[in-house]
Amino acid sequence: MGQVIVITSGKGGVGKTTTTANLGAGLASHGHRVCLVDADIGLRNLDLLLGLENRIVYDLVDVANGYCKYKKALIKSKQFDNLFLLPAAQTKDKTAVRPDQMRDLCEELKQEFDYVLVDSPAGIEQGFQNAVAGAEKAIIVTTPEMAALRDADRVVGLLEAMEKERPMLIINRYRPGMVRKGDMLAIDDMLEILAIDLLGVVPEDEQIVVTTNRGEPAVLDKHSRAGEAYRNITRRLMGEQVPLMNLDDDDGILSRIKRVFGFGAR
Amino acid sequence: MLDLIAKVFGRESPSAEIAKERLRLVLVHDRSSVTPQFLERLKEDLIRVISEYMDIDTETMDVRLSQTEHQAALVASIPVRRVKRVAP
Repeated sequence: MGQVIVITSGKGGVGKTTTTANLGAGLASHGHRVCLVDADIGLRNLDLLLGLENRIVYDLVDVANGYCKYKKALIKSKQFDNLFLLPAAQTKDKTAVRPDQMRDLCEELKQEFDYVLVDSPAGIEQGFQNAVAGAEKAIIVTTPEMAALRDADRVVGLLEAMEKERPMLIINRYRPGMVRKGDMLAIDDMLEILAIDLLGVVPEDEQIVVTTNRGEPAVLDKHSRAGEAYRNITRRLMGEQVPLMNLDDDDGILSRIKRVFGFGAR
Repeated sequence: MLDLIAKVFGRESPSAEIAKERLRLVLVHDRSSVTPQFLERLKEDLIRVISEYMDIDTETMDVRLSQTEHQAALVASIPVRRVKRVAP
């Protein structure tokens, strides 16, 4: 029996979909059977991040409403035989699916998969309610910005009220150089404010743009620092104790020079 | 380093180019997902408004979305039987 984890944030644009794609690919690379569910009906994007946008025939709305079996709608990833996507519908809206339908679907999916990751839409309305309905665990993604943290805190409160397990936090687009200068909230500041457990920190990384352009998750790119962070987060999700990666070498003079010449840890 | 060499010799196309092509394809698809029901409603509204000004042939009129080089276009071919006299 697998587990259902929702990836959510409140605020849009903080990296929910990127996180979902990377953790899915990460877990699959360890041999787990993984199903990614795009719950952002009307604004689907998880298919793009996985490079599967041309293979969609049936979608979440078809499955939730019983028009087809989920197996018919699943799309196998390009990289792994054990990673599947259940895409969102693009022409419907959030009301095309109800929370009880999502609960039933997740119940069915976790019979078949070790991990079911549900990519939540931004906001706290029906799309969010749908996404969290079938999940027992939640990962909250935030960036070190006031607006993102405020929205994350709101979502923590909502999940608490639903009596979900204590959510785990991923801090995305972290810039240690700015933190050193005192211009960005540090990890400890954010944990203190939100009072939840840290699952991982993903440094800002230009390489993410490149891997996304190609439709390949960064977690599979050995040169990507964000990819390294996602590899660590994957292992923590599987229950391993993994120390935080060294975030500090992103904008030191030496690594900048190295980067210009194309060497160095990227 | 191998990546760099590959880039210098142009073996691998830049990712932005790949992104542009992928995006173009997916948008053509998204935009064309206008349902037949939607077009039918639009057509009925067009008939209602235009009929106040002109007597049109609703049987042979044609309303559809098409893709030009740069954008989607709504193309309507509406045969006019006669222009109504509108009060000045």
